[in-house]
Amino acid sequence: MATGDLALGQLEGALNTRSRVINDFSINVATVNGSGSQSANSVLLKSIFGMGVPVSGKNLFPSNIAGQPTWFIIRASKDGYVARKRDSEILVALNPETAQADVQALPPGGVVIHEENLNQTLNLSQTRNDLFFYSVPFDKITAAICPEAKLRKLVKNMVYVGVVAQLLTIDLGVVESGLRRQFAKKQKVFDLNFGAVKAGFDYAQENLSKRDPYFIERMNQTEGKIIIDGNAACGMGAVFAGVTVVAWYPITPSTSVIEATADLLKKLRVTPDGKATFAVVQAEDELAAIGMVLGAGWAGARSMTATSGPGMSLMAEFVGLGYYAEIPGVIVIVQRSGPATGMPTRTQQADLLSAAFLSHGDTKNILLLPGSVKECFEFTQAAFDLAERLQTPVFVLSDLDLGMNNWMSEPFEYPSKPLDRGKVLTAEDLERLGGFARYRDVDGDSIGWRTLPGTRHPKAAYFTRGSGHNDAAGYTEDPDEYTAVMDRLSRKFESARKLVPAPVSVKDGTSQIGFLAYGSTDCALRESLDQIKKRYGLDVDYLRLRAWPFAHEIHDFIASHERVYVVEQNRDAQLASLLKLDLPAEQVTKLRSILHYNGLPIDAESITEEFVTKEGL
Amino acid sequence: MATATPSPKVNHIGLPVLEYRGGKSTLCAGCGHNAISERIIDALYEMGVEPERVMKMSGIGCSSKSPAYFLSRAHSFNSVHGRMPSVSTGAILANHQMTMLGVSGDGDTASIGMGQFVHLMRRNLPMIYIIENNGVYGLTKGQFSATADLGSRLKTGVVNDLPAIDTCALAIQLGATFIGRSFSGDKKQLLSMLKAAIAHKGTVVLDVISPCVTFNDHEGSTKSYKFMQENDEPINEIGFVASFDEIEVDYDSGQIYEVEMHDGSNLRLRKLLEDYDPTDKANAVRTLMESRDNDEILTGVFYINTEQPTFIDLLNVVDEPLSTLPESITRPPKAALDTLMAALK
Repeated sequence: MATGDLALGQLEGALNTRSRVINDFSINVATVNGSGSQSANSVLLKSIFGMGVPVSGKNLFPSNIAGQPTWFIIRASKDGYVARKRDSEILVALNPETAQADVQALPPGGVVIHEENLNQTLNLSQTRNDLFFYSVPFDKITAAICPEAKLRKLVKNMVYVGVVAQLLTIDLGVVESGLRRQFAKKQKVFDLNFGAVKAGFDYAQENLSKRDPYFIERMNQTEGKIIIDGNAACGMGAVFAGVTVVAWYPITPSTSVIEATADLLKKLRVTPDGKATFAVVQAEDELAAIGMVLGAGWAGARSMTATSGPGMSLMAEFVGLGYYAEIPGVIVIVQRSGPATGMPTRTQQADLLSAAFLSHGDTKNILLLPGSVKECFEFTQAAFDLAERLQTPVFVLSDLDLGMNNWMSEPFEYPSKPLDRGKVLTAEDLERLGGFARYRDVDGDSIGWRTLPGTRHPKAAYFTRGSGHNDAAGYTEDPDEYTAVMDRLSRKFESARKLVPAPVSVKDGTSQIGFLAYGSTDCALRESLDQIKKRYGLDVDYLRLRAWPFAHEIHDFIASHERVYVVEQNRDAQLASLLKLDLPAEQVTKLRSILHYNGLPIDAESITEEFVTKEGL
Repeated sequence: MATATPSPKVNHIGLPVLEYRGGKSTLCAGCGHNAISERIIDALYEMGVEPERVMKMSGIGCSSKSPAYFLSRAHSFNSVHGRMPSVSTGAILANHQMTMLGVSGDGDTASIGMGQFVHLMRRNLPMIYIIENNGVYGLTKGQFSATADLGSRLKTGVVNDLPAIDTCALAIQLGATFIGRSFSGDKKQLLSMLKAAIAHKGTVVLDVISPCVTFNDHEGSTKSYKFMQENDEPINEIGFVASFDEIEVDYDSGQIYEVEMHDGSNLRLRKLLEDYDPTDKANAVRTLMESRDNDEILTGVFYINTEQPTFIDLLNVVDEPLSTLPESITRPPKAALDTLMAALK
């Protein structure tokens, strides 16, 4: 850690002659979890958003109910970068336990806003001489405006919002209107919270003299945009896809997918006489959750579950049944750091291979890979259509970073196409046809027709089984009959290449170097590519994957580049491995991996550094 | 009017019993499960259940194969070992207008499936859950299951040294609302019980002792035909009068416990065990536990509750099946999305 090489006086002098740092820095709010800092963090984030400045928030929290360190990192970026930035310039030090380490982590010229008493207890402002320290008596300010001792812990957080707003020159009016929206129907709560913001703001105005170079200035980059987390977006997608049966078991970080879904269903899907057009079941475990999803899908409902790694492992047996017996169902996986229990509140992209081949035998599953909150919304919807069209479980593979953090987005668009309920025969169809064979490929698309239980026709029924079956759904151990079904399933999976979301060509020029990535890696990679261009003059290409099985564009992209870097957030290069299974042998050696798997969301500098090392630049 | 060919006997919806049959059984000759399939066919026929309105569910095992041997005109789902309850739950949520009939075994229920079984009981899901209970694993050639009685002996001489799980006592305790035990060899009792089960709204658990002729029908087995014939102690004689049947009145009401079923049918339980009240949960469980010590296999209807709301009632879902609700109902309008977006700006 480079501390003390630059005296603060020199630093200030240097800064005075340099331009200010406007709308391009990160704020790290260090608190303990369970202290209610979330809503304050959200208010600060939305205030910067309200100033028209692109912003993102990352919650780095422990797997714990209360009392453990937690950090919320808010990044303002005039250039629109929303990935985690490796360093934060501004620290709001509210947790005595981590204050010293947090201060040490700041880059020279950073800012520390801290509780006054940390100077007495930790001698905090003496620990480095290359930072700007602002000491604030948060407890005293809070006590003065909040007579109720019980509420002080919560209110104190809003005081820091006021202090930060004043120091960064965020309009108090913007904070106020943000707060007003947050507590729309609760005037008293608004009064108390805004009182706290104001008290912090006023204190800073009267007692702190601005010495640091960080400022928020108005821009117009957030006009019309929304802020939402990926899990809420997935829930919204499910509701606008017409989900009717939801079964789940709580697990971090996927719980809020179902909470969002259930909340919206209660709001939007109750008939005038108070009846639900949906069923949400909190199951006894993930085995039961997926069993319910498949039972419902078999009987014709649009059904879904959401889970993360450990839950997905438990679902393995059933997913194979869904694949082999050809039953639709949607499974949202919000990936966290594995293996085993791993780090439940930290992010990773390490469930890709497991999801792709989840279950025993030759099971292959369709994976949709959203790279933004908007795609969380769109792909969850698409998953229902694909599941019913292809009669198979479809996975939406999100991750904790995408799912639980706040992201700016264009507003979501209302679906333009009607629901695709797939190939289902009615009693009238059966009357006309005189019968059907459940697994027979009569249309040449490798997809059989199905009937739903309850269809009033003597020829409607068929026997669904996970055991060997022929194309008429009869039990078989006949080698040819078994193989025929397995081969058709393989062709069906192949046909999905054209139906799943196509990759997005982010940059496609003349470079010999290409990049591949998916999901939440996208934002950091885009920023990294800008760094590579700026620092090394290299204008490399980038294709973002959005589904497995891989579309042909991915093969073309690899074929047309000399070296292809696959950037992903796991140790074992899972995406690269999956690509290798799909590639002609001569192209396999083109792939190089850039990996990030420490549990923190990937950042641009890490990618750039690894690329530079590998390229020998 | 004279007719050339005599028309076959039909039930009250006009279907002959043939329409309730299934494929040819592949189970061993003499297997209790086949007798149970026969009784299921009779019960569905006599109750006039529309075949297409039944969902047949099962897990894995010999018992779970049996849905293939009755009611071919109904959809069937032979699912995953021990997971019939969850699949059934999903299916009935998708279409709660259906009659759901599940066939499981003692391994499928009381060992690998115990977790899902107990939670199904808690929910009082409307379904008939038949346990074809033979105390052994047949497909893997005769290992004890968790319902094998303490001291029961395998052909190989191995003696079971763990206590049996009483699925009926569990089901009563956990919230199922119609619980009985029968024996595959007792045609009359099993048929009446199945008919009453069809009339019931809520979770029905029927534990049917069903001897495995290949692996557990020998001397020393407590699930053999011989043992059951000697130790079967019915606690009540079951009379079932369907809603569409003529009412007969020749019974001594003092000895009868009469239950009015949901569909207007009448279940009449003639008391064989003194003062047995099938609505008293605690007594039912105590009676079952005491019978263990006396080496009696009690059969009959142990518990019934026609008032308890089902899981479907609790979820308060619309009357129509969720599976076929039109898009106009399941997809909220554009205005709803616009409102959500406006709130996020």
